[in-house]
Amino acid sequence: MLKDFFSKKKKYASIPSEKAKQDIPEGLMQKCEGCQKIYYRKEMNKNLQVCPNCDHHHQFSAEERITSLFDEGSFSEWDKDIISANPLGFPDYEDKLEKDRKKTNLNDAVVTGKGTINGFEVAVAIMDARFRMGSMGSVVGEKITRAIENARTASIPFIIFTASGGARMQEGVLSLMQMSKTSVAIDRFQSSGGLMISIMTNPTTGGVSASFASVGDYNFAEPGALIGFAGRRIIEQTIREKLPEDFQTAEFQLKHGQLDKVIPRHQMKETLTTILDIHSSRGKDN
Amino acid sequence: MKQALDFEKPVIDLRSKIDELKKLTKDSDIDLTSEITTLETRLEKLEKDIYGNLNPWDRVQIARHSDRPTTLDYIELLFTDFIEFYGDRLFGDDEAIVSGIAKYKGNPVTIVGHQRGKNTKDNITRNFGMPHPEGYRKALRHMKQANKFNRPIISFIDTKGAYPGKAAEERGQSEAIARNLIEMAGFKVPIVCIVIGEGGSGGALALGVGDHIHMLENSTYSVISPEGAAALLWKDSTKAKQAAESLKISSYDLKQLNVIDEIIPEPRGGAHRDVKLQASYIDQVLSDSLATLKQLNQEELLEQRWEKYKSMGEYIEIDANEE
Repeated sequence: MLKDFFSKKKKYASIPSEKAKQDIPEGLMQKCEGCQKIYYRKEMNKNLQVCPNCDHHHQFSAEERITSLFDEGSFSEWDKDIISANPLGFPDYEDKLEKDRKKTNLNDAVVTGKGTINGFEVAVAIMDARFRMGSMGSVVGEKITRAIENARTASIPFIIFTASGGARMQEGVLSLMQMSKTSVAIDRFQSSGGLMISIMTNPTTGGVSASFASVGDYNFAEPGALIGFAGRRIIEQTIREKLPEDFQTAEFQLKHGQLDKVIPRHQMKETLTTILDIHSSRGKDN
Repeated sequence: MKQALDFEKPVIDLRSKIDELKKLTKDSDIDLTSEITTLETRLEKLEKDIYGNLNPWDRVQIARHSDRPTTLDYIELLFTDFIEFYGDRLFGDDEAIVSGIAKYKGNPVTIVGHQRGKNTKDNITRNFGMPHPEGYRKALRHMKQANKFNRPIISFIDTKGAYPGKAAEERGQSEAIARNLIEMAGFKVPIVCIVIGEGGSGGALALGVGDHIHMLENSTYSVISPEGAAALLWKDSTKAKQAAESLKISSYDLKQLNVIDEIIPEPRGGAHRDVKLQASYIDQVLSDSLATLKQLNQEELLEQRWEKYKSMGEYIEIDANEE
């Protein structure tokens, strides 16, 4: 307007500060992936990323899992500084890793360490599906192997939360060999009397489902988690028929005798505590 | 005549030409001996050129050759008194896996292996060598017995992978494979694994946790098929040839990655060209392996197995203080 032209007052557009940007829109609200209802993210976080309406269990980061399970301040991380090499010289692999390191603030797809759950000391490995779909390469195999060995030498239980699309293709046969490597470690641990609890979360498929995820003394899963060896699409192509809606869900696996129990996230800490208590009381009074 | 692969067409053409000339010499008065000699020299050179420079994709073709010898072929040539046993005692029998007991140079052994078919009918019975959980559980049952009666285990690996089917999932394909891995890890008897064809991912590995792992020169061992990798990475399964190179699946690659112990040479052109000769090459490596492993007591055996697998993988440990 002409009036503005004469005005001495300069006009500025308001640009939110970096900090304000982080605080506002993205992530203020969250749409449930199950029922599509919209919630405040805060509310969803407080509810452990479980939808208050339909009970859908959303992806849970390793960090969130640690906070939800361990007694405050009790968790200490192991081997944080192991990162992937590119052993096959696979094209674009390093870029993909770097991108996911930035995105997740993790060095690879698993966090290992020890802490206490209602006072019971345990070693733990928590996979995080945000990093390369939780795929297992040399780093994941090495960190899990070390965590199991630590559990063995400290004579404490080993708990693993799996979340993985399977082997990490870019590390070729070396990623396949992580299945053997972790298996040898688990055999040493279990032969020495160690208690291993596996909790499969969404998704647990391929090489991870076909190795450590399935050989706990107890095998559990979170509700609705996708669990299976081969992918749905490959199976449909092979057998040329449509698979049932609930195929390869935790509930499907429970029905087929492949799981000990499906445990909702809200009951996880309590259930684990009970099991740890029963195991630690073993033989005390008799 | 064995079915020819694309890359060996020039060799096949030249060889049939030589055969023609030979026939001509024999059936008529024309003497072509000198021409034949020249061509045979050329053939020798051509064979050396072609078979001496196989790329990964060529080897994939050889590993998948329909005439490639299978587990049962080698069992017949390498062992005596083989008796095959069936069933997992839980669900059924899976003909994609064979297992049983035999003698190797007079000593008792347990043998397990994937079994492909040689023709369509046979392949349907064998489910193309792709096992269901009951196959792995049958193998496990026999391996446990080997452990109990202190017999070495010899495993032949030859599968595209575990069968990706509905029933296989319902009966716990994952658990069956995982269970085999962890049980094999703990057996107190020597385990020698030999990849004779395709070593396809978890389905191969389920018979593959051994003290020694050997590979036939042209066999492959991979986390995913080249076609599968190409489809996933580049959304284009026709780039399988490229994927075969990137994935590093040949015996030479695996030797370099410290995953396998020995590369067992193959007759020129592949194992199917001379099965007996191939069996004799396997025989040498297998007998050496068993002799070496026999010297270890149970504790040493398990310790060595742990050391072997512990060192698999490549990663970088960064110094946190430098960051």
